[in-house]
Amino acid sequence: MSLLEVKIPPMGESISSGVLAKWHVKDGDIVKKDQPLFELETDKITSEGTAESAGKISLKVAAGTEVKIGATVATIDSAATAGAPAPAASPAAPAAAAKEASASPAVRRLAEETGIDPATVAGTGKAGRVTKGDMLAAGEKPTAPALPAAPAAVAPAAAPKPAVPAGARQSRRKMTPLRQKIAQRLVAAQHEAAMLTTFNEVDMSAVMALRAKYQDDFVKKNGFKLGFMSFFAKAVVNALKEIPAINAQIDGDHIVENHYYDVGVAVSTEKGLMVPVIRDCDTLSMAGIEKAIGDVAKRARDGKITLADLEGGVFTITNGGTFGSMLSTPIINAPQSAILGLHAINDRPVALNGQVVIRPMMYLALSYDHRLVDGKEAVTFLVKVKQAIEDPARLLLAV
Amino acid sequence: MSSAPTSFDLIVIGAGPGGYVCAFRAAQLGLKVALIDKRGTLGGTCLNVGCIPSKALLHSSEQFVFARSHAAAHGIKLSGVELDLATLLKKKDDVVTKLVGGVAQLAKGRKITVLTGAASFTSPTTVKVGDEILTAKNIVIATGSAPVELPFMKFDGTNVVSSDHAINFSSVPKKLVVVGGGAIGLELGSVWSRLGADVTVVEFLPKIIATYDDDIVRNFTRILTKQGLKIETGAKVTGYAKGVLTAERGTEKLSFPADKVLVAVGRRPFTDSLGLDLAGVQLDEKKRIKVDAHLKTNVPGIWALGDVVAGPMLAHKAEEDGVAVAEWIAGKAGHVNWDLIPAVVYTDPEVASIGLGEDAAKTAGLAINVGKFNFAANGRALANDATEGYVKIIADAKTDKILGAQILGKGAGELISEIVTHMEYGGSAEDLARTVHAHPTMSEAVKEAALAVSKRALHAL
Repeated sequence: MSLLEVKIPPMGESISSGVLAKWHVKDGDIVKKDQPLFELETDKITSEGTAESAGKISLKVAAGTEVKIGATVATIDSAATAGAPAPAASPAAPAAAAKEASASPAVRRLAEETGIDPATVAGTGKAGRVTKGDMLAAGEKPTAPALPAAPAAVAPAAAPKPAVPAGARQSRRKMTPLRQKIAQRLVAAQHEAAMLTTFNEVDMSAVMALRAKYQDDFVKKNGFKLGFMSFFAKAVVNALKEIPAINAQIDGDHIVENHYYDVGVAVSTEKGLMVPVIRDCDTLSMAGIEKAIGDVAKRARDGKITLADLEGGVFTITNGGTFGSMLSTPIINAPQSAILGLHAINDRPVALNGQVVIRPMMYLALSYDHRLVDGKEAVTFLVKVKQAIEDPARLLLAV
Repeated sequence: MSSAPTSFDLIVIGAGPGGYVCAFRAAQLGLKVALIDKRGTLGGTCLNVGCIPSKALLHSSEQFVFARSHAAAHGIKLSGVELDLATLLKKKDDVVTKLVGGVAQLAKGRKITVLTGAASFTSPTTVKVGDEILTAKNIVIATGSAPVELPFMKFDGTNVVSSDHAINFSSVPKKLVVVGGGAIGLELGSVWSRLGADVTVVEFLPKIIATYDDDIVRNFTRILTKQGLKIETGAKVTGYAKGVLTAERGTEKLSFPADKVLVAVGRRPFTDSLGLDLAGVQLDEKKRIKVDAHLKTNVPGIWALGDVVAGPMLAHKAEEDGVAVAEWIAGKAGHVNWDLIPAVVYTDPEVASIGLGEDAAKTAGLAINVGKFNFAANGRALANDATEGYVKIIADAKTDKILGAQILGKGAGELISEIVTHMEYGGSAEDLARTVHAHPTMSEAVKEAALAVSKRALHAL
């Protein structure tokens, strides 16, 4: 018989491991070539692993296990194909069962009730085993009776408030590995960077006028609409060229300056926030940028995005205005040094040449890493963006 | 013998449970080992005159009590039940002979050089046994302990005796006074009481088996009293003369007629004539050999373990010490969890404890939950006539981690084991409660006590 090892495929240079979130097949199943076998979650992307050949699969790791790139997670016996008799009962689902059984009964009960995976909890028991106390601490329950206790006849005065029964006024579910990674990265960014935010406001009249005037021609030519994002992407490229400090990042005790303009655009998806990157925005036309954004956004929402789509951005634009945000302070996408936050466009009275006029206004926010970027540079950058949006002709002239 | 010292990898002085286990483990790990004991048989106090013979006596005397007093209630009619003490003692001796012989076989099988004689250091690396000089890079002192003598009431081997003699009375004493209400005194007091002696236990402290929780001791004392033992606590023994033991309780003068007095007030580390000064080994303030966390003495290459160092004087503790020392000497990762040494009193019922008691936990101000379950509500205990006592489990109120347990009941010494195991792995009361226990067994009471920690005992209200 010939055994083929199913390995975790390389995902790109920055990813060394992931979580095998789900098996689509059971141990002992006969699989077809190219059949999806498992779902792999990394801190950036969720992807599927497929069978490279047909045969009987033997699973080597349990769902929920952290796996390294290149790790063998199953073997496929290509000698056994659909014709071969399936085993009467799968002989003890290997690693999964063993892992389950190694947790103590109370730990298993808590794992089921709270959704906390004991594998993610630091154990204080013998040889690092996870104890009930560790699970309780991980669940941050101040006190928990060992088993749902019979109601005490008289509740002591100082007794802590009983935990709300699950399902009544609270429900718990486990964070997905992706969500956990997002959480970790956001907190890490805040710990790492000296982050602060500068604000400005921009009059959207000019851009809106341009869009109104050329929308039909644009759609006729390209087959998709002209949005705001291409203007901002171009404005950002223009400002990055003026203020190179923003287009740089810290690597240890070095400053790395980027001489390219790959701009990330934050996209909200069901699985969480993703930031696909639009390559070489400086060389793309407005239509090219709109097309690229539409493309990656759709793929991000469909879960079809590849890691290559997410890597290597030098700057990020996030648009909270989509959801109506008036003002917010975005968190920079480490190791980048700044992020531009767009917001809702609202008609507001503004003073213009001594007159109060109504204008479609948007607040802009630029969060930046003060370790690398000085206030003057950040403010100037944001003013450059504002000027380009208020007078798009500047983009043409690069002034 | 030869003048050139015989060289070994390891010399173990003392072949009790600590010493012989250390020698065995070292031999397993490939060391060339010499094991020395002044006794002609291996096994030390425990096997020869301690744990094992006393257990044999406890078992035989329990059978006697059953035949005499309880068989009829089971529909077993016996007549002419009488004691044949010589046979009973011989049975005990046979048990000892068989066991020490087994240890000798094991030592031989492991190619350990066994030497008989009193060993003493002549230097930090040499030991003299008789005319023979041995040398080794590592020497383990496992010389154990000896009964403590009261200065005003020295052992005479006939009237004032230690446990060494009290396992061998050639006739049943009429009136036996046991000085000291610890495990040894109560076990041997029970033996002779069952065999017909009028036994009084005189304890200096306010309670017997003083390290146990008050409630356990109260119940235990009541059970022993019901069996016929007289228990006098808070009484300071002052002397023994003309067949009367005298004592004081405050201003009250007490006197107890006694044809035999068993002094069981404790044991002292035994380092007599060991030549520790020639080796340079230091003692602590209680005359125990001073050791570090790896049982190393102040002299490099000399180790000490068991009763001769600080810690509970228990055979199973010495054994674990012995294994760890052998492993450390062999460069391996030895390990002893000195916080989890169970203790058992082998009376009927037995009393067993592990970890922190309820009283100690409360004194320490810990937030705890306590679960108790009476054997009277356990089916097997009912069927076995073993309804006395209960299981008590003490758990951390927040984490539910088991902190300790005390069991009063038949077979408590066996029942405590599973709690020790759960504790060793950091287990919670719930873990114990969710572990399947065979039915019907006494061990179900342990599970129920674990359930009771969270007020969930199924067979109690």
